[in-house]
Parts: sequence; structure tokens; C-alpha cells
Amino acid sequence: MEPLNRASQIKTLTADDPRAARVLLEIERYRRSPDALIQVLHVAQDVFGYLSLDVLQFVGRELKLPPSHVYGVATFYHLFSLKPKAEHRVVVCTGTACQVRGAEKILEALRRGRGLTKGSPAAGGRLSLDHAHCIGACGLAPAVLIDERMQARADAGSIDGLVTAVTGVPR
Amino acid sequence: MAALEIFVNDRKVACESGATVLQACRAAGVNLPTLCHFKGLSEVGACRLCLVELEGSPRLAAACTLHVAPNQRIRTDTERLRRYRRMTVELLFSERNHVCSVCSANGDCELQELGYAVGMDHVRFPFLNPICNLDASKSEFAIDHNRCVLCTRCVRVCAEVEGAHNWDVQGRGFLSRIVSDLNQPWAESTTCTTCGKCIDVCPVGALWPKHKAQGQFEKRPEFVSELIAKRGRGRP
Amino acid sequence: MNVAEWEARAAAARERMAASGTRVCVCSGASCMVSGGDAVLEATEKAVKSAGLEGSARVVKVGCMGTCSQGPLVRLDPDGVVYQKMDASKAGRVIDKHLKNKALLRESLLFAGPAEPGVERPSEHPFYARQLQVVLEHCGRINPEDIDEYLAVGGYRALYKALSSMSPEEVIGEVKMSGLRGRGGAGFPTGLKWETAYRHVADHKYVVCNGDEGDPGAFMDRAVMEGDPQRILEGMAIAAYAVGADRGFIYVRGEFPPLAIRRLGIAIEQARAAGLLGRNILETGFNFDIEIRIGAGAYVCGEETALLISIEGRRGVPRPRPPFPAESGLWGKPTLLNNVETYAGVAPIIERGGEWYSTIGTAKSMGTKVFALAGAINRTGLIEVPMGITLREIIYDIGGGIPGGRRFKAAQTGGPVGGCIPEQYLDVRVDYESLVGLGSMMGSGGLIVMDDTTCMVNLARYFMEFCMDESCGKCVPCRVGTRQMHLLLSRICGGEGTERDLALLEELAPYCREASLCGLGQGAPNTLMSTLRHFRDEYLVHIREKRCPAGECAMAGAPAGVR
Repeated sequence: MEPLNRASQIKTLTADDPRAARVLLEIERYRRSPDALIQVLHVAQDVFGYLSLDVLQFVGRELKLPPSHVYGVATFYHLFSLKPKAEHRVVVCTGTACQVRGAEKILEALRRGRGLTKGSPAAGGRLSLDHAHCIGACGLAPAVLIDERMQARADAGSIDGLVTAVTGVPR
Repeated sequence: MAALEIFVNDRKVACESGATVLQACRAAGVNLPTLCHFKGLSEVGACRLCLVELEGSPRLAAACTLHVAPNQRIRTDTERLRRYRRMTVELLFSERNHVCSVCSANGDCELQELGYAVGMDHVRFPFLNPICNLDASKSEFAIDHNRCVLCTRCVRVCAEVEGAHNWDVQGRGFLSRIVSDLNQPWAESTTCTTCGKCIDVCPVGALWPKHKAQGQFEKRPEFVSELIAKRGRGRP
Repeated sequence: MNVAEWEARAAAARERMAASGTRVCVCSGASCMVSGGDAVLEATEKAVKSAGLEGSARVVKVGCMGTCSQGPLVRLDPDGVVYQKMDASKAGRVIDKHLKNKALLRESLLFAGPAEPGVERPSEHPFYARQLQVVLEHCGRINPEDIDEYLAVGGYRALYKALSSMSPEEVIGEVKMSGLRGRGGAGFPTGLKWETAYRHVADHKYVVCNGDEGDPGAFMDRAVMEGDPQRILEGMAIAAYAVGADRGFIYVRGEFPPLAIRRLGIAIEQARAAGLLGRNILETGFNFDIEIRIGAGAYVCGEETALLISIEGRRGVPRPRPPFPAESGLWGKPTLLNNVETYAGVAPIIERGGEWYSTIGTAKSMGTKVFALAGAINRTGLIEVPMGITLREIIYDIGGGIPGGRRFKAAQTGGPVGGCIPEQYLDVRVDYESLVGLGSMMGSGGLIVMDDTTCMVNLARYFMEFCMDESCGKCVPCRVGTRQMHLLLSRICGGEGTERDLALLEELAPYCREASLCGLGQGAPNTLMSTLRHFRDEYLVHIREKRCPAGECAMAGAPAGVR
């Protein structure tokens, strides 16, 4: 269970921050309609890297939405991240085709080799692991995304070396 | 509103068009268990306790969100429905950490009453024992997520009647939790008006006034319903 | 744009396509792109230029060609020859040999392998010969980023026909006659849905396209969005005319690579610029425009009420039906909601007639269905087949059977809310009713083949985990039921299950199916129930002998009854 956020942790953002100004532009594009919340959060996450409390408060204020409503939406959808992302990301597809073709063995190899599991980053927080419910490369299963690079027909034996090669994070 | 007739367990029941099956049943004295339903608040059909069988439909329907239609035939008390209601109550007891003996709502708890009503003598499913917060930061009230059944009455009363929208639901699925503002301590909420309506509508002991001990506290749900009836609902 | 301008533009585009000589089509489907399609495209363009063939050949980026396992792919039209597993140097050799020397580069022909020679005429190979492409007819053949190519192959003729010579009732009548049913999986008759939306009078109505293709193992809709986006827009415009809507939304799955969203965006821009979206379309007085909404990662948003609520910017939590969206949908207005493949099938129905479409398929499931073949199968990829084809034909004739000499065990259709079909039903005809009869469902078109190395108990656990993670949390049977069933299945997979656990599972599964609020909870126990029905022995071996017959589950070997 996540600890509660204190009010003192939240900084008030204004349009003086160019990133907030960019988000504001998107809000205006939808004529400040509260219906645009999800689309605005997409842009905010792009611009800020993740959805901090400051950003959520800002978006809620500008769209005239209650803070708990914004928080509820941001935590409902898996693509939104309320925490900064690790420098390097490994995404193992666990869609059915990849599952049938050995995604679990790859996860096991990463766990055994680097202690890397979903939700617990390795290498001092530099490397994180996520599961994806199908990234749509089913014909190339099992598929692994290392940073933005896709590895088709990934293999449990060589995955560790590949992670080092792409991210530069040694074992 | 035009009057029409439906059949509840083969008995003819007169009701007004636009009414829900739940309203029609209750007006006719047919008892249906509910948990998420609260008179005066919007209906969500979430707890699935008021499920009924509808003739001609392969699916079960929640009576609280099903509207009456002429000559509709409803069954409220089949063996299957009784079994499913019991399972729903069992699942609710298994979901969080419900310990009646130390709960402020002991004796005045809708979940407890449902347990008796459906004849739940024990829970067959493994207890899931999730780790949940208790937020006692506010001087008047506290919220204990261990006892929450996610009926969202508090969310609705706060948004629809008080118009404050302090509460919402965060996360999803089994990890859903009621949340105040940006997941902040209740005492730091910028939206809560300390009106206490959420306390009165909570069916269990998840929301309670801090100065009441185990079994001491009596809720006043009728008070909120009457208030709504007198002044009409706010934002839907 | 008026009709004369539109016809002139289509004619000019046709001429341009014919005059460009050989079209070197480079597949830019997601599968080919991730295996190096970008480099192939670049190398092909360079090779054409350096060979001085710019006058007689044109490199075109096209959508998915279907044989994803052989990618990256390059096809040369009008010859129709396909080259497989391309890289930069092989692409150069193809240009050199095929275009310059007019000879086949045999070792790179489609399906060339150590055991078999490549295919000279792919259309005669069983992979394509057994297919019937209606929805995918232009996919992989035209440039999805150029509206002129769509116009050249007859694009927007159906919309014009509808606007100029048909009443909304006639359009709906044609769709009803075609027998088209919802391709999102449930198979509700499309014409009936349109009629409901048409009959409800309101100041505004909406047309929404469900592009939230979330089933793991399914990439049909994405392939259409990437390969022939104009086709979807045309279908939506025809639907909007039929039901009287003036605004449309395409809800696209947020996890998709940006390609689908980008191409839909380009398609909408080009259609607007050409006067095929916006005000006074083709000078007929019909107004309709489309916006894209991007999902943010919630499988449940494929459920129609959740999808609409998500378009409204809220938590994608389903609500009970009725009212159905066709009566009360977006912002309480009548809203027509169909999925990508359904809309993509509309233009040919209007153009060639509902009667023509209804001759394809079976008596109750008419037309064609797109499937994504994946898993333990030789030829993975995207196929479109007439309804009524058998699973055996799909898996063995089109898909080329099971690799590594292994034995077929089951086919999974319908995604996480579908079910498994075992070997003894391989000759069952694929249509909505017969798949439901086997305890599975059509679903959106994912077809995953499993061989004897897949444990069916673990598969049920896997899908239950998926549904548990994706449960919105609103109703008790799904929120707590999936969690409990997952726990019980995990125990059995871990060798700690008891027969009492099995009994609890058998009680929870029908409860979750019948008591849940939406299709996610109702479908969550399907894989569990179908594997219990067809592979009960495997469950019992896990419980009684603490052994996994497929060798997939790691058994703790604890004695029975231990928690």
C-alpha cells in the first residue's frame, strides 16, 4: 500500500514553467473540456516524463476537476506513471503468444541473472522491468523491448547479454 | 407517470413506469438484499446482491439498475440467486480484514446483517488479508480501508449531495481503494467540508466518528436520504 | 471537393499507379518493422536509385502483408512476387536481380527454406489460396499514407453511392441483408444495431470505432489501422450517414506503437483536405468529422460502456446495460459503436451489395473473418478466411501445422475471455455459434495454437491473472472472484492444490460468469471452464500426483492439504 502524500510535497505549477505551458496548450486545444483529461494526461506525461503530484494538481485545477477524480483516473490506466521512470527499461511481452513460446523463461532468466523483477528495479534503480499484455508482435514471439529496441524471438540464454549490450548496464 | 404491472415471483405488482425493479419490489414488500444501493444516490449496480432472474433474458440483472417494463416477469428468490448472494457476501468477507468484534459498527453494520440474512455460517474461500491503511489524521472522523467494501456510497454522497468530491476510487481491480484528494491524509483535504455525510451512508465500519468505540456508534442513513428527498439531488 | 473533382482525382491516381511501372512494396507492418523493415525500405530506395530504375520502378511503403513469420517482406507488383526475410543487402540483390536482370532471386522467395523451395506465385500457395480477402483486400497493396492510392483502388465509391443514391434506411437494409455481425467478438447483428441508433431521435448522435484491440495475441485491427486506415473512415462515414450522426471518434489502444495512431491521423487529415470528411461531403450536404482518442492502458475499455466513459475522460468502469449505447451512449446521446474490422467491412457491402456478402460464409455467420495466427504454428501472421472454414484448414493448410514435429494440443480463441478448443474438434466449422458451443468464442480474432508443451492448468492461471489485473474493481464477482480463482489456480499449479480447491473453482466459475456486471467478469472464467471441460485430467494429475504432464509448472510437491 502506497503511503499517503503530504500537502507539503506538492508544489504549485504555473504556466511560467514552459512544460506546464505546453500542457496548458493541450488543455486549450480541447477548449478546457474536462472530457479531455486522459488526452491531457498523455501529453503531460510526455512533457514531464511522469505524472507528479504537482502535475496532477495543475491539470485538475486547469480542467476544474476535483483532485481525487484526477488521481482516480491517473491510477486507473496502466500507461500513466506516477513515479519517475528508470533510466533503462526492459519490457517483456507476456501476451499469450509470447507466453506459449517461453516468456516466463525470459523473466526467470532476468530474475536469476540480475535480480530484476516487475516493480523492483535493479542496478541501483537504473534498470526496471515491466510486463506488457501483448505488444502486438505475436508473429515474432517471444518479444522483449529493451529501451526502445525490439528483440524478436528472444531467448532466455542470451537475454542477459543483450540487456548489457543495449543499455550498457552491466550485470 | 403511467402505472404498469409487473410480476414478481408470479405475484402481480403495480408500479410506475420509470421505477426500478428494486423500487417496485420494495414497495410491494418483496425483500431484496442490497449494499451499494442507497436511497437518493445514483445507482451503480456494483455489489450484485440484488440480482434477479428476468424471464426471457439469459442474464441475471441487478434490480437497482433494471427499469420496470410492462408484464416483466421477475424472480427474486431462486436457489441459484440465494447461492450467489451468499457467495457475494462470503467474497466480501474474504476480501479485506473484517473483524466484527473490534469494529465501531459492530451491531449496526449492513455487511454483518447481510451475513445473517444469507445464512453465511463460515467463509469457504481463503482470506486474502491485504495490507490496508487506516487514516486517522482528521480530528472528527477516520477511514479504515481494512473494512471498506468499495460500495462507493461515500464517493457518491460527497460528489452528488455535498458537492465536495473529496472521495474517489484510485487504482483498479483488487487494488482499488477509496482516495481523498491526491491520496492525501484526510485532514489535509482541500475539498472535504467535514459534513459527515459519508460517515452516515457507509454501510460498514470503514468510516466512523473517532469518539465512538466498538459497537457504540449508530449511523443515521435515513437522515441523508431525507435530506436528499427534501432538497433534490445535486450533480448526477 | 465535388463528385467530378473526386472522379478526376481517382482517375489520375489510377493512371499514376499504372504508369509507375513496377511497384516495390515494402511491408511496414509492425512485425516487419521490428525485424528491420526500416533498413530494408532505405536500402530498397537506394538500390532503385543507384540502378537508375527510378523511371520504371517505385518504392511504396505498404501495410501488413500477412506472412509475418517470414518478414521483413518485399513484394513486387504487378508481378506479385514476394521476397522474405529481407535485410539491406538482400533488398539490394532483389532490385538487382529481379528488376534489372528480370530473374527471380530464388533463395529469398517467400517460404524458401532448407526443406522447401520458395513460392513463385504466392497467390497459389495455400497460405493465400485458402483465404478470401475482403477487409484486407487493399492491406499490403496500397500506401496507407496516401489517400490517392485508396481513391485509385475505388476508395470512397461506396460512400458516394450511399450519399447520392441511397436513403439511410436503404443503407441499413443493405447492411442487414449482408448478415454482417459485430467483429469485435460478440457477433451482434450490425444492421440491427444501426437501426436502433437510427430510430432514436436526438439533436446529436455519435459514431464510435472501437480500436482498443486488447486481446493478447491479436493484431487484426491494428493491421487494418496501419495498412488501410481510409477504409475505416469510409465505413464510419457511411454509418454516420445511416444513423444520422455528425461526429465520430476512433478510440485507439494506447499501448500500440505510434504507427497506427500516426497513420489514422494522416488519413483523417487527408480525408478532410479532400473534402471527404468535414462539412458538405462530396457536396451532398452531409457533415461528418472524426477525432482520435487514445486509450491509456485498460483492457476493460474494450467493453463498450467502459470505452465510451473513457472517451469522456473518466475511469473506464463499465455500467449496466440497458440502456445500450445505441439508445444512450456518449454524453447520453445515441451512439453507434462498432469495431475496426466491422467498419472496414462496410464499404464493400454497400458497393457490391449485401446479397453478395451474404453468399460468403455460413447461414448464420456470413462473410469473412480476420484472424491473427500465433503460437506454436509454422506460419504466424494475419489471415482472412470465409466463415465456416474448419480449424484444421486454418491451422494445417494456411498455418502449415505445428513446428518441431510436435503434437497439436489446443487452439485458444477469443483472448482472455475466450476458451480452448481441443484436438477432437479440429474439424468444427468456425462460426459464432459453434465456437460458443465448444465453450469458447469467436472473439476479435486472436487464434493461438498450443502444442503438447503447454500446460492447460497454467494457461488457465495465466488468463485468470490477466483478467484479475484488468478487472476494473467495480463489481464483487469479478474483483474478488478473479482474485480467488487465481489464488486457487496458482495453488494447483504449484503442487499445493486439493480437490476441495477444485470444487471451489467449479463453484466460483459459473458464479463469476453469471453474476458479473460486464463482459470481462462474465468471460473471465471461460478458459478455466473450457480447460476443465476438455482437460480435466490435467487438473487431477496436478492435484493427485503433484505432477505437470506438460512439464511447465514447477511443483512444490507439498502433500495435499498443506496451505
